[in-house]
Order: sequence, then structure tokens, then C-alpha cells
Amino acid sequence: MLNSLLQNIFTVEFFASSLRLAAPLILAVMGGIVSERTGVVNLSLEGFLLVGAFFGFLGSNLTGSPIIGLLFAMGAAVILGSLFAFSTVNLNLNQIVIAVVINMLAVGLTSTLFRTIFGTSTNQLTAPGFKPIFVPILSQIPIIGPIFFQQTIFVYIGLILLPITAWVINKTTIGLKIRASGEYPKAADTMGVPVSKVRFLSLMYSAAITGLGGASLSISGLNTFIDNMSAGRGFIAFSCIIFGKFRPAGAMFAAMLFGIFESTQLRIQAVGVPIPYQLPLMFPYILTLVMLIIMGASMAPQSWGVPYESDAE
Amino acid sequence: MSNENINAEKKSFLSKIDWMKVSMPIVGILVGAVVGSIIIAAQGVNPVEAYYYLIQGAMGSVDNLIGSIVKTIPLAITGLAVVFSYKANIFNVGAEGQLYLGAVAATLVGTSFIGLSSPVHIFLSLALAAIFGGALAFIPGYLKAYKGFNEIVVTMLLNYIAVLFISLLVHGPMKEKGAFYPRSAMLEQTAQLPKIAGTQLHSGIFVMIAITLIVYFIFKKTTLGYQIKAIGASPRAATYAGMNTKKLLVIVMVISGAIAGIAGAVEIMGVHLRVIENFSVGLGYDAIAVALLANLNPLGAILSAFFFGALRNGANSMQISTGVPTSIIGIIQALTVLFVVASSAIPKLVEKLKRRAKKNAK
Repeated sequence: MLNSLLQNIFTVEFFASSLRLAAPLILAVMGGIVSERTGVVNLSLEGFLLVGAFFGFLGSNLTGSPIIGLLFAMGAAVILGSLFAFSTVNLNLNQIVIAVVINMLAVGLTSTLFRTIFGTSTNQLTAPGFKPIFVPILSQIPIIGPIFFQQTIFVYIGLILLPITAWVINKTTIGLKIRASGEYPKAADTMGVPVSKVRFLSLMYSAAITGLGGASLSISGLNTFIDNMSAGRGFIAFSCIIFGKFRPAGAMFAAMLFGIFESTQLRIQAVGVPIPYQLPLMFPYILTLVMLIIMGASMAPQSWGVPYESDAE
Repeated sequence: MSNENINAEKKSFLSKIDWMKVSMPIVGILVGAVVGSIIIAAQGVNPVEAYYYLIQGAMGSVDNLIGSIVKTIPLAITGLAVVFSYKANIFNVGAEGQLYLGAVAATLVGTSFIGLSSPVHIFLSLALAAIFGGALAFIPGYLKAYKGFNEIVVTMLLNYIAVLFISLLVHGPMKEKGAFYPRSAMLEQTAQLPKIAGTQLHSGIFVMIAITLIVYFIFKKTTLGYQIKAIGASPRAATYAGMNTKKLLVIVMVISGAIAGIAGAVEIMGVHLRVIENFSVGLGYDAIAVALLANLNPLGAILSAFFFGALRNGANSMQISTGVPTSIIGIIQALTVLFVVASSAIPKLVEKLKRRAKKNAK
């Protein structure tokens, strides 16, 4: 019985849907990791996702073009991100405190605007969304094809961002500046790295990409907006980055793992397996915690969470 | 002569109050209200009218006022838990998970031990809730103090585990027999917090007052309170001064978790009378805002919790009467807290600008 169960669950379709479900996480992780590496504890990813989800929907609904939706999502997330960046980088306010405020603001703002613009009609509101794109030739490969190459644009962007992000962080001057700002901002400052600017711009970038991740919640299949749609995925992305030891590949792996567990949970509920559906949902968090304890704490950037004030002014 | 003395004393008392700190939350609330009114006006509703119904719903009648107070109680207690940890400069973002465990503890005690006298039953429920909440908070406290882990990460992970664990319990082992909804059995009468004078107000308010006074007393009068504040100011200096900083950090975290656990228990024993999935709706996170708005002052926490509770309570009648969505209070809350937090940067900013001006003059 267990055997047939496993066969029922772990199909090609299962892995394809896992990747689909992981798309918002993958994007939030790829965006978030850049800002985390500059030494900012960026918990406002949650707010960026939610705002991205709403404005992605709004843009697509108003103009009929999901691509405009993407621009809306990124733009709105960047505006919210600049509020976070200004408060934490320029005013040196506590990063966690500001993130709490930003996330609260995102929930209030999106729900209020949703009702203000669309009223309280009970009709299901929809917007044009992105459809899966079958990559020529590659999508025909057995198993691999349906899993990786019959996805929406969000999954592709997320996957492409992995090598790019890893390369930029590890091999380029920009990456060096990012890492230096996160490890030894004082030394970086002495060497002429504009720490505040690096942190600010990295936050803008992470907001834009995370906003994209938000749009993948609303206009990639579901094509509607629901209150508090991000439902803690920003915090999960944050955990993924830690789980991945602040490395793009590790964080991506963690995001995919979360996708697999989320998919498992949905299957368990759909098939009616006598396993509490909460177990696969709990598992990644427990795993992250255990991994943290085993691997130790010394993997965050040295100056993670420490505001930096330049003496140079 | 004696008159002069009294005058001098009065003066020193007045000058002792940090007017900046007291006025900022009020200015912050005004800023939030003004921005809120712009959004309300944009919906074609008269802001004055909307706010009238908001205040009416929050405290326009005895019943409404009681409703606001009932919403204030868990926010205030959880807010105090957060205040307690922030004083030592550690961030207990885990209040959400801790209060859920406290709720489970209260339900476990409240649905068993039939035939106890009510005070004993209530005391046992609160005690086990404190132990559960404290035990959960011990994990991040210990990992932070002795292993150098980031407490935010650990508390955040534990929140998810705790909330899902409670969901598992109310769907499974703790589920009420024959119930359609995932919820636990009802607490025994003896474990329920008695209602006051036949109203909806429950005696959890006394628990809130007691905890406020205890926290206030700890920080005002005890060595522990002094040490916690010393750690908050500078852990290194506290260590040099001979304090066992690590042990103290764990203690702070455990006490904070215990208070959060009690908050969850009080909410269950006073309002829901059983554990339901997602009963808290983010109390643990709102508590952070409560603590910030109160400038980490324990007495202020009650006031700011009342502000939040009243907003939540009044928002419904505003929505019914004017159509302005309740979600707008989230915006008002966020902006209020943002302003209060940002105002702490003003003196620094002024100094920076002065320095820059000096430099330019040279």
C-alpha cells in the first residue's frame, strides 16, 4: 500500500508542481540573498512579496497585459524597499523593527487598495496571467523536460538568476563590495567602498526581484489576488537563505526543498493519506533548525544586522 | 519654606519626564490618523465621519469599550513579553509560537483535572502555560547566549513549528469528539476566567495588571532589572562588570516566553474557552508594534495595547457604517509605529547635519 502511495505521490507531475510552487520562494531567495550579504537582516521580503502579488495583479487587470503587471509588481516593491532602505541604511534604525513595520504596512495597504479599487463584490476577480512556456526541444526530454522546461517565465527567471547571482557575488568587483560591506564595513569604507550606497542599491535590487516573486503568486496560474497572499513565504525565503549558508546554490536548494514539501502536503490532503498534512509542512522548519544547530552559527556575514555609520561625513 | 520644597520637588518630577518620549507616540498617532484620513477621503468617504464611527465602535458605549478592553488584554500581555526581552536588546520574535504553546497548556489543564476548585484550576493552567512558553523560549535563549545563534532566525522557525504543531493537535489528538471543526474540547467551568459583573469583560484583566506591575517593579527596583538594562546597553560592559551575561540572556528569554505563554492562556481561558486553529491572528507580531509604540515602557505597553485593541474593535463598526475596510487600521498602526521609531533618529540626524554644516563652513 505504501508502495502504491509513493508511486502516486512522487510522479513527474509532482516534481513539476513542486518547482512551480517554489517559484516565489526561489525569486525571493535570489533577490534577498544579495541584500543579506551586504549585512542587512532583511525580513521585509514578506512585505515585498505581498506588494508584488497585489500590484502584479493590479497592473495586469488594469492593462490586460501581464508584462505590465510585472513592472507594477517590481516598481511597487522597489518603492516599499526604498522606505526600508532609507530607514535602515540612512537613518540607521533597527532593521528588524522596520521590517515588522514594513510587513504590517504591506498587509494594510494591499488589502485596503484591493477593496478600494475593486469594491467588495464577491465575484472572483481575475487578471490575465502567464501561461507555461514549453522550451523547444528541451521540453521533450523525458522526465527532465516536463519538470524543468514546461514552466512559467517566473521559474525560468529564477533558475537563470542562480548562476548569475553566484557569479556576481563571488567573481565580480560588485560582489566583492557587497561581501565587504557585509563582513567588515569599516574596512570596506576605508578602502573606498561606499557601504551605505552598496546596501541601499542591493536592497532596491532585492525588492525588485522579490516583487517579481510576488507577481508569481498572483498572475501565474491562479490569476487573482487574495488578502495576505504571501502567507509567510517571505519569512520562509529568509529561512532558506540561512539554511543555504548565505550561498545562492544552497539557498536555491532550500527553496526547492520547501516547494517539494509544500507539494507533498497538497498531495496528502488530496489523496487522503492518513498522515497529518501538517507534518510535511513542519518538516522543513525542523530540518532548518537541526541543520543550524549541527552546522553552527558562524555563517552569517560578520556584520549582519549591524547598522553602519560612516565617520567620513 | 515647606512650600518651596514642594515646588522644587514638583519641578524636578516634571523635568524628570522625558517629554520627547511621551509626546512622540501621540504625534505618531496623529500622523497615522492624518495619512489614514487621506486614504479614506480617496474612497469618497468623509474622514471625520469614518473616524467618528471608529471611535464610536471602540468606546461609544460601555459594551463597545469592554470589547476594546477584551482585545487589549492579550495584546498588552504579549507586548509586555516583548518589552521584557527588548530591554536586554534581544528580539523575541517568537511570542507568537510561545503564546500558542501557552494556549495548549491551558487547554490541557483546563480539560482535565475535573473537580478542582476554580482558583486552583486557573492557577495551574496559567502556571503550565508559563512553563510551556518559557520552555519554548529557552531554545533560542540558550542558542543565542551559548552558541551565538541569531535569536530572530530561531524564534521565527519555532513560530512556524509551534503553529503547525497546534494545528496538528486540534486536527488530531486534541480534537473534540464528534466536532466538525478542528477545535479542542471546551474547558471545564472551573478553568474559565470568570466574567466580571455579567459583562464580556473577563478577569484576565487582573492578570494583565499584575504582570504589568511585576515587570514594572522588576525594572524599577530589582538587581535583575538593572542587570537586564545593563546588558541591553552594552553586553560587553555588563560582562566586564562581572555579570553572567549568558545566563542572564537565557533568563530574560525564558521570562519573556513565560509571559507570552500566559497571554495565550488568558486569551483561551477568557475568550475562546478552547483551542482553535489560528486563534491568535498575529498577536505575537502585533505585540512587537505595541512594545515599540510604548517605547519599551511597561505602563506604556498597556496604553499602546489599548490603542491597538480599540482600533481593531472600532474598525468593524467603521466598515459597516461607511464601507471603509478594516484593513486601513493596519496602515495607521504601521505609520504610527514607523514615526515613533524614526523620531528616535532625529537628534542624531540633527547632529549629523550640524557637523556637515560646520565642515562646509570651514
